[in-house]
Amino acid sequence: MTRSRFQQGLDELRDKLLRMGGLAEQAIDRATEAYRARDAKYCQMVLTGENEINQAEREIDELALDLLAMQQPMAVDLRFIMAVVKINADLERVGDQAVNIAQRVLDLISEPEVPLPVDIPRMAESVSTMVQRSLESFLDGKAEVAEAVLQMDNVVDRMKDEAFVVLVQKMTHDPGTTRASLNVLLIARNLERIADHATNIAEDVIFWVRGADVRHGGAHYRA
Amino acid sequence: MPDPAQSSSSLKISVFRRLTNSLATVFAITAAVLVILPLLAIFIYLLIKGVQSLNWAFFTQLPKPPGEVGGGMANAIVGSAMILGIASLVGIPMGIGAGIYLAEYGRNLFGDVVRFTSDVLNGVPSIVIGIAVYSLIVVRQKHFSALAGSLALAIMMIPTVARATEEMLLMVPNTIREAALGLGIPKWRTTLSISLRTASAGVITGCMLAFARVAGETAPLLFTTLGNQYWSKSLNQPTAALPLQVYTYALSPYDDWHKQAWAGALILIVMIVTAVGAVRIVTSRGTLKGAS
Amino acid sequence: MGVGIEVRGLNAYYGKHLALKSVDMTVPANHVTAVIGPSGCGKSTFVRCLNRMHETIPEARAEGEVKVGDMEIYGAGTDPVEIRRRIGMVFQKPNPFPTMSIYDNVAAGLRLNGFRNRKQINELVERSLKLSALWDEVKDTLHKKSGASLSGGQQQRLCIARSLAVEPQVLLMDEPASALDPISTSKIEELIFQLKQHYTVVIVTHNMQQAARVAELTGFFLMGSLIEYDKTEKIFTTPADKRTEDYITGRFG
Repeated sequence: MTRSRFQQGLDELRDKLLRMGGLAEQAIDRATEAYRARDAKYCQMVLTGENEINQAEREIDELALDLLAMQQPMAVDLRFIMAVVKINADLERVGDQAVNIAQRVLDLISEPEVPLPVDIPRMAESVSTMVQRSLESFLDGKAEVAEAVLQMDNVVDRMKDEAFVVLVQKMTHDPGTTRASLNVLLIARNLERIADHATNIAEDVIFWVRGADVRHGGAHYRA
Repeated sequence: MPDPAQSSSSLKISVFRRLTNSLATVFAITAAVLVILPLLAIFIYLLIKGVQSLNWAFFTQLPKPPGEVGGGMANAIVGSAMILGIASLVGIPMGIGAGIYLAEYGRNLFGDVVRFTSDVLNGVPSIVIGIAVYSLIVVRQKHFSALAGSLALAIMMIPTVARATEEMLLMVPNTIREAALGLGIPKWRTTLSISLRTASAGVITGCMLAFARVAGETAPLLFTTLGNQYWSKSLNQPTAALPLQVYTYALSPYDDWHKQAWAGALILIVMIVTAVGAVRIVTSRGTLKGAS
Repeated sequence: MGVGIEVRGLNAYYGKHLALKSVDMTVPANHVTAVIGPSGCGKSTFVRCLNRMHETIPEARAEGEVKVGDMEIYGAGTDPVEIRRRIGMVFQKPNPFPTMSIYDNVAAGLRLNGFRNRKQINELVERSLKLSALWDEVKDTLHKKSGASLSGGQQQRLCIARSLAVEPQVLLMDEPASALDPISTSKIEELIFQLKQHYTVVIVTHNMQQAARVAELTGFFLMGSLIEYDKTEKIFTTPADKRTEDYITGRFG
């Protein structure tokens, strides 16, 4: 029966996406570790890991396209595939952001360490949790978990705004720390962007599970 | 690689099959020939025997008294044509009507009774029908007539026509009827203009079969029409008919009448074949390219 | 111009078996409405109740309210034959009248209902054949070729023309393309899309992609009940009822 062939396709798509999610999470963790330990080795791992993420994106898009063409999915299956394609794009961007962070860290390491009043590892942990939870909600198909992720975005936004204020102050008072401060600010912004992507992923999961478009701060159900 | 042992045995089987196939074909052809042979034989014999006595007089003159040579069967030819014509006019519409009822409305107990009765009627010997019409009509009217003869023949035509009509109508796919009903055509109109029209080829064949059967019936006419050596002035009189004339002449001791009997039989067959052929030609002219 | 159909509490029986259970449905005028569902769900029965063809089956009957335009078709004293003139039907297997020419086929509904005006019949035949996109292919052989000599797709378009010739207000179609090849199917679907300008179309289909392609509204039937009835896009992207979803995603049926 063609349903089981289709189901296999859907399962394969899901597994591939989760695997890619794992790669993205790994990239974030490595970038964070690179910052904490000021270790270029981790930066290098992030940079080389980028290829694998890009390859995964290509495979997922291709499989999704095939399933759409061959199986003419409807309703929840259609929404699932659309969600996968969008999450795919978000995860690839997460990978890009991790690479950006790694590049900033490399620049930071090239200079002597400058102590700054911004807790990047803590921010990174929140962000990493958001990504993890959003992928969990996808794995389990649980809209409630996804909704929790949407709430966490506010926290990360606040952290970024605080970092901005603090670092601008630091740069004004102590111009020698400008280079390091800017790097850290950029890292904070990269982390905030990752959080946004995690939010997107959560919104896509809600769309898939409930058929509701909750983007841009509203809940839009099909009339 | 094909196994040589296997291929030789499969070769054997195929030879056997081909042999059986040929035997069956030969058998079928032989059977067909055997069926046509008697028909051909009769027709050729009739032709040989009858054509000698065919002349203009045969078609235009009345029978001469026994002993005199010459004369013809003009009155019998016309009489047969009239009797068969009236019988068809009565029997065919009634048969078709019965067939329509049985096919379209008669899937019930009454329909089964009608069907059974029709089959029984079909099997009743023609002489019995003749006697029945004799007692019911001829005796009451106190005279023989062409009309009584037509009635007897009509009764004989009805079961054949009804059966053929019913079967042909049942073969019309229900989707055709549905199409007509869906257009808002009432059921009676659908039956007549659509179903019957679709089944017409088979129904006409049935009518032709019935006609051909009764055209040669002699026994019923013996008791109803009686025959006539002269022209009949009306249908209510005894009338000459070819089968009767042939019967009378054949049993007579006169040689001249024997010859005329052959001619009469030949003309009877020719009349039937002509009638059937004419109907076939007329109806096929109306057939369209690609129609079933 | 087409008219809307209001169905209230429609029950349909085959003998004692209740095949349609209290169906309520509003079919808007000049729209294409699809009726989908697994085999035996009652979708064909439903459509056949709309033009009172259901009762032509022995021991079958229907009760309830069906209003076509402002005509209550199950009202006391209404003539089913008259109803069927206003509501045309096209069947699954093309069924042109085999002994009639193309012209006679299209004109059959008119002539057999007493229409005599030759000129008007000619015009209606031409118009109907043009509406069903068959005119160009048959205009030279209208009287010479029989209806049955056309290809399957052409035969079905002929049947559509035949139904349109009597100028119905509603056109019912029971799986009109299921016996046809893909090219003929897409021609018929294109035709249905054009027809809705003039008529209200209700189409039964077991092919969901077809319903998705041609219909603006879709009703899902299951075991004699109308489970869900909504805009086609909604049914096929975010159906409200789980049974609908299971059917359209192929989990059963």
